[in-house]
Amino acid sequence: MTPSPLPRYPAFMSAPEPTAAPTGVAVRVRGACRVFRSAGEADVVAVDGVDLSIAAGEFVAILGPSGCGKSTLLRMIAGLEPLDAGDLGFGAGGGAPKNALAYVFQDAHLLPWRDVLANVALPLELQGRASGERRDAALRAIAAVGLADAARRHPAQLSGGMRMRVSLARALVTEPRLLLLDEPFAALDEITRQDLDDQLRALWAATGMTVLFVTHSIAEAAFLAERAVVLTRRPARVVLEHALDLPAQRDAALRGDARFAREMSVLYEALRRGNGKAA
Amino acid sequence: MKPRFVETFVPPAATFLLTTAAAEFGIRAAGVSPLLLPTPSAVARAALQHAPTLLPALAMTAQAVAIGLALSIALGLLVAIALSTSRWVERAFYPYAIFFQIVPIVAIAPLLVIWFGYGMRAVVAAAFIVSVFPVIANSLAGLLSVDPALRDLFRLYGASGFARLWKLSLPWALPNVLTGLRIAAGLAVIGAIVGEFVGGGGLGVVVLEAMRQQRTDLVFAAVLHAAALGLALFAAVNATSHFALRRWHTQETEP
Ligand SMILES: Nc1ncnc2c1ncn2[C@@H]1O[C@H](COP(=O)(O)OP(=O)(O)OP(=O)(O)O)[C@@H](O)[C@H]1O
Ligand SMILES: [Mg+2]
Repeated sequence: MTPSPLPRYPAFMSAPEPTAAPTGVAVRVRGACRVFRSAGEADVVAVDGVDLSIAAGEFVAILGPSGCGKSTLLRMIAGLEPLDAGDLGFGAGGGAPKNALAYVFQDAHLLPWRDVLANVALPLELQGRASGERRDAALRAIAAVGLADAARRHPAQLSGGMRMRVSLARALVTEPRLLLLDEPFAALDEITRQDLDDQLRALWAATGMTVLFVTHSIAEAAFLAERAVVLTRRPARVVLEHALDLPAQRDAALRGDARFAREMSVLYEALRRGNGKAA
Repeated sequence: MKPRFVETFVPPAATFLLTTAAAEFGIRAAGVSPLLLPTPSAVARAALQHAPTLLPALAMTAQAVAIGLALSIALGLLVAIALSTSRWVERAFYPYAIFFQIVPIVAIAPLLVIWFGYGMRAVVAAAFIVSVFPVIANSLAGLLSVDPALRDLFRLYGASGFARLWKLSLPWALPNVLTGLRIAAGLAVIGAIVGEFVGGGGLGVVVLEAMRQQRTDLVFAAVLHAAALGLALFAAVNATSHFALRRWHTQETEP
């Protein structure tokens, strides 16, 4: 990927750090299956033999119809859901690298009794890091999502978009090497969503982390990712893996571009096919 | 703050004055015997006249209620935490926690005197028994309602069991714990008075003694003291609640 200019990224963060910038970790999923069993009900096969290979530092969007198993797949990668079959590997091989993962949920899910600073510092606190270090890292992450003025406010005093930014800052605070996002901006209005999309891409370019982004918006997938993976309806299988042929530097103008429209139609056709309808 | 104060206290004060005045004139006009229903002014006179008896009795009852309630919070919360650890523990023990809810305190009070002897300890036990269930039930509901996404988040960052309890479950359950406490406060006063009927001491004994002497005005005065105690506790829990949760919901909006 080509590093792009960082419009909303604070100057002190883009300055090279003495320690090496965290680099993304590769993910390999092979034949992943997940079946939900509950007494007195039919088994639900949520994910059925998904293969996925994501390079270190790649930005991949996962697209699929509602209820097809996207969240389940992402949760399996995060280690929050067991695999009933198949396996999962990270990096050169082996298990999940310690403290390298971050997860952003569909809603902000903040602790209402903590202010923004304490919410963002939470992951470091749980990992047992020193308080001075926590504070500095949290303030940096808060500045990176453009909330420096709101560090002392509580979640109830923030708008939905601001809360989602806090959630993003909380994920970034550990400098993750793999960032998993599950429809993170789906509940926001179009302008706020595009704004956060821009920011996320800039953060990705600046850090070199691997990003896996689940969405059911074709436009969002095309705008954000280097590569899109389209899943069928439940049980999820991969119907298309497609490298997006779009410039590295993306801005609002791209959304009106013919190339953008072409890529969107490719993803759209795949979604239709995955949904069992002829294209 | 000023208008808020006026809004909060003026309407109930007006209601109080009106009903008191209505009762005063109504009872006088109807010529009801003071043995059945004393006038508010007679009750006030009895309260003043017997203040040397009533105030120490109130202090004694208040002390038993405070200790009983403190035990309810501490033990109730511990039980709720234990029950919240696993579904099996909950299934095995929760039905027995309901025992505290359905036990007729009037029937069990003599047993408490047999176990703890006359005096404060039996009274505290009575206050505890009637007030512990709302604490257990509400705290448990709160502990079990923790946002699953937040549980996942804590798991993702390798939080210890202690961190999950202290930094997530307990703060999450705080509003429910306070709701339980609000219910428990009123019940603890009832439990203590019933305990005092049998175990002796406090406002309970003043009520019994006044009844024996057919001093209905004094019975009313004692009951009013007990009610004031309940009200004060309720207000204290509300104030705590307001203070502790002031950051959770706020009317303050985005500039
Ligand atoms: N814990 C669970 N127990 C039982 N069934 C589950 C569980 N989690 C998910 N499922 C089922 O698995 C299927 C896939 O769910 P999943 O949440 O992964 O879908 P999704 O693609 O993320 O949908 P959406 O786009 O609506 O978020 C659904 O049918 C869902 O009902
Ligand atoms: Mg989902």
